[in-house]
Amino acid sequence: MNIIRTAIASIITLFVSTIAIAETIKVATVNNGDMIRMQGLTNEFTSKTGINVEWVTLEENVLRQKVTTDITTKGGQFDVLTIGTYEVPIWGGKGWLNELNFSASYDVDDLLPAIRSGLSIDGKLYAAPFYGESSMIMYRKDLVAKAGMTMPQRPTWGEVYDIAKAITEGNDGVYGACLRGKPGWGEGGAFITTVANAFGGRWFDENWNPQMDSPEWNAAVSFYVDLLQNYGPPGASSNGFNENLALMNEGKCGMWIDATVAASFVTNPDQSKVHDKMAFAQAPCAVTCKGSNWLWAWSLAIPGGSKKVDAATKFIDWATSKDYLELVASKEGWANVPPGTRTSLYQNPTYLSEAPFAEMTLNAINTADPSFNGTLKKKPYMGVQFAAIPEFQGIATSVSQQISSALAGKITVEKALKNAQKIAAKEMKKAGYTK
Amino acid sequence: MKKKIIITFFAWLFSLLIFFPILWMIITSFKTEIDAVAIPPLFFSFEPTLENYGIVQERSNYLKFAQNSVIISFGSSILGLVLSIPIAWSMAFHPTKRTKGTLLWILSTKMMPPVGVLIPIYLIFRDFSLLDTQLGIVIVLCFVNLPIMIWLLYSYFKEIPNEILEAVRIDGASTLQEILYVLVPLSLPGIASTSLLCIVLAWNEAFWTLNLTSIDAAPLTTFIASYSSPEGLFYAKLSAASTLSVLPVLFLGWFTQKQLVRGLTFGAVK
Repeated sequence: MNIIRTAIASIITLFVSTIAIAETIKVATVNNGDMIRMQGLTNEFTSKTGINVEWVTLEENVLRQKVTTDITTKGGQFDVLTIGTYEVPIWGGKGWLNELNFSASYDVDDLLPAIRSGLSIDGKLYAAPFYGESSMIMYRKDLVAKAGMTMPQRPTWGEVYDIAKAITEGNDGVYGACLRGKPGWGEGGAFITTVANAFGGRWFDENWNPQMDSPEWNAAVSFYVDLLQNYGPPGASSNGFNENLALMNEGKCGMWIDATVAASFVTNPDQSKVHDKMAFAQAPCAVTCKGSNWLWAWSLAIPGGSKKVDAATKFIDWATSKDYLELVASKEGWANVPPGTRTSLYQNPTYLSEAPFAEMTLNAINTADPSFNGTLKKKPYMGVQFAAIPEFQGIATSVSQQISSALAGKITVEKALKNAQKIAAKEMKKAGYTK
Repeated sequence: MKKKIIITFFAWLFSLLIFFPILWMIITSFKTEIDAVAIPPLFFSFEPTLENYGIVQERSNYLKFAQNSVIISFGSSILGLVLSIPIAWSMAFHPTKRTKGTLLWILSTKMMPPVGVLIPIYLIFRDFSLLDTQLGIVIVLCFVNLPIMIWLLYSYFKEIPNEILEAVRIDGASTLQEILYVLVPLSLPGIASTSLLCIVLAWNEAFWTLNLTSIDAAPLTTFIASYSSPEGLFYAKLSAASTLSVLPVLFLGWFTQKQLVRGLTFGAVK
């Protein structure tokens, strides 16, 4: 009888302990190369901690809608969210995210200062960067040389215009400049904001009045439309990151100004026909360099509704640690480690030698300033290519639709900006920012 | 004869035009990512590869997503039939002065944008622990398709002479027997086509399935959505995932097209 009792007790203990060990967390993420690579390496985390990880991978806009619904209702569907620098200040400020506290070995001071400040509120970290990016020029050094020109390390938009013109005119079927034109706050909206910033513009003045009717925005959008209509690819108003990446890799673009993370794609021999002809420069300035290159970090955060905060913290600690970078390097080479998060990565000679774009990426990130002083005239919001207020997504998407229409030649730049100003002013008034 | 050839030619041309996006998707699924974005587009002058299907199989558990799609689409359609047959029966054979108004009201619910009720439904699901469950999504999709089911069945039932049902009642059949043994067999083509239509609609439904499921109950729509990327080339892998997702329902439509056409045109010609 005792033997049976002992056996039953052992089975129950084993069962309970199995349940205790097999804790499972749910991670929601976007389908980017670095994220997919992390999914492939999850077994390393599970074998180290005993925590299982289930992944929900979705397209960016679908994911944003889904996690926004879940976090606002405290649905608790996810334990770790992949969010950007736009959401962190808003969601963290509303108390929807758990503050992250790591052990000393995590070395939080090693995070790049610009990225860390974008993910913190009052010095408290609410998300840990998985990979960070700014924007820069990726250009064909062979075509620039053929045109008898040189690309400065930090050119002006005027110099970019001249180079684009020379490349287009000197090469059949090659477009001088490939730039985002697709409507959407994170697509064309992000890009045109950096152009407007370089021309001395900003989204809102100190009293939250929209600035689309300012001379700075007019100059910026007129220049952008002129450049793309004359020296950009056909149908530029529907081109986003992926369309321009395809054009660049096919050898159809003289230059492409976009996310620094694209540097690893255009120099990858498996993806690009022009991988050995690429060179890099800082994003162009005009009347100022302030705000001319953006700052973004795909980051991992724990929603307030999660019931597995400890396990989620362990996962984020692992995925954004120095050890993780070394793990990726050991499996897939240093060129494939997630860039733009840690200072120590840019002090690693092996990384610097294997990733020719590393130094330029670091410069771009370090010069991006999301603070209130990040534009020529002071602004009341955080963010370079966005304003970290909840209303921004809707406003910027509508504004970028107007600019895209001007780019497609459906309306004039003046009309587009007039419409944009009207839309933005109405929304800001409705939200109570202005009277 | 000449007229017949011309009609056949245009019928084929029109069919090919409609089928072209699916054909292009299938062709793209056999290309490398770089061939998929080649300018000008490559029709057949590329080296076909099964690499994308391999990656999709490696990264995702296709069978689990497909199983959820089958359960959700068939489950919601069966539940919908159980509810809509008695509703349509009562409206077709026992109409009141408010029947027309009720029918219009039922249809009007389809005119509301789903996102308008997302938060309330999400909260109900959270409180009843229905988030990411097959039961939850079956209930929602059943109600989403219920107006269409009621309207279609109502129009089929209206074609059946009331006298037949009266005769059955005189013979002493109960209401359940009247529906099960007389009405359902008589309107089987209509019921079959309604079911098939709702299965296809539920199979393709993306708004509710993407928002209310994540892992355990996620169907093929979630599987496809996971292959679209904001930063990086994905067209070939997405095409492979989409091809795998549409194949089952494509075959279902192919094998049942006779019943579908018959059901949808039922009562159209008197």
